Amino acid sequence: MSFINYSSREINCKIVYYGPGLCGKTTNLSFIFKKTNPEHRGKMISLATETERTLFFDFLPLSLGDIKGFKTRFHLYTVPGQIFYDASRKLILKGVDGIVFVADSQIERMDANIESFENMKVNLNEQGYDLAAIPYVIQYNKRDLANVAPVAELKKVLNGNGVPDFEAVAAAGSGVFETLKAIVKLVLIELKKGT
Amino acid sequence: MPTSSLVMFEEEFKQITAVIDRLLKEANAKVVFLVDKDGQLIAASGETGDMDTTSLASLTAGNIAATGGLAKLIGEKEFSILFHEGEKDNLHISIVGQRVILVVIFDQRSSLGLVRLRVKKANDELNAILQKLLQRVEKKPAAQENLLAEITDSDIDKLFH
Repeated sequence: MSFINYSSREINCKIVYYGPGLCGKTTNLSFIFKKTNPEHRGKMISLATETERTLFFDFLPLSLGDIKGFKTRFHLYTVPGQIFYDASRKLILKGVDGIVFVADSQIERMDANIESFENMKVNLNEQGYDLAAIPYVIQYNKRDLANVAPVAELKKVLNGNGVPDFEAVAAAGSGVFETLKAIVKLVLIELKKGT
Repeated sequence: MPTSSLVMFEEEFKQITAVIDRLLKEANAKVVFLVDKDGQLIAASGETGDMDTTSLASLTAGNIAATGGLAKLIGEKEFSILFHEGEKDNLHISIVGQRVILVVIFDQRSSLGLVRLRVKKANDELNAILQKLLQRVEKKPAAQENLLAEITDSDIDKLFH
């Protein structure tokens, strides 16, 4: 749920990175954090375990510039991908304006991708949202690995709705900003439509 | 479809700021801020200079969301007040009108009893302002629509240059 402040002239939106465990959600945020001018971003907060697995969420506030005299701010969150953190994932989806579904391209993670995608739909429904009505994009991550599934196959399984999708190697940064731009654009267009 | 956007106008923003400024003084607190349940900072008052209020807002909302989840597990609707005690500074967190979160940071110059007392009063005032704001948004979404309808594709593209 966006927050429009006419007093401070700001538009704030929430974007959530969703996907199976170890698919690269935190890596996406870390790359955005590293490559963004410190003036345009806040601190990145990671609530993670000692082994650097996300425990609750990662958070990165981004400020993208002005539209019609309003500052646009995007709060990026990741969910914990591991199956048993489902309660936390539900909480983080609250008030979401846009979603990036990060898929792990490795063949052996195909089932995990599907399970996470279905889990996302269920959790959205529980919050009263419908995936079809929410701006979302898909990122096929880890394209640099040897054992990846063909993009056509990933598309077939995960992108039946034909939303914008991107190949990425988040650890090296390729595809990360393309994905971010696409979701920001969709969120703003949705806002413009007047929810 | 997400629920309607939270919209803040100049008039209500001034009223809210006046309430939290007064709460800051009356409770002898260091910082008071108001956050919406999704983690967006609405207003802040006090020694916020070197404080990362954006992160504070997001973590506060996460905290409320997590304790809200705990509450449901034991059959409670929500925990409306949380208190975190530190060596020097303490955090008093309370929910206003089920929609926003009021956070008070205070040290030994104040006390939990005083903060609770003052927060209760401010809570009622803030609730009244928020109700008014919500009604206003429901009645007159015109201003909001105008602003958003004027956004063009090239405005959006420019954000990334």
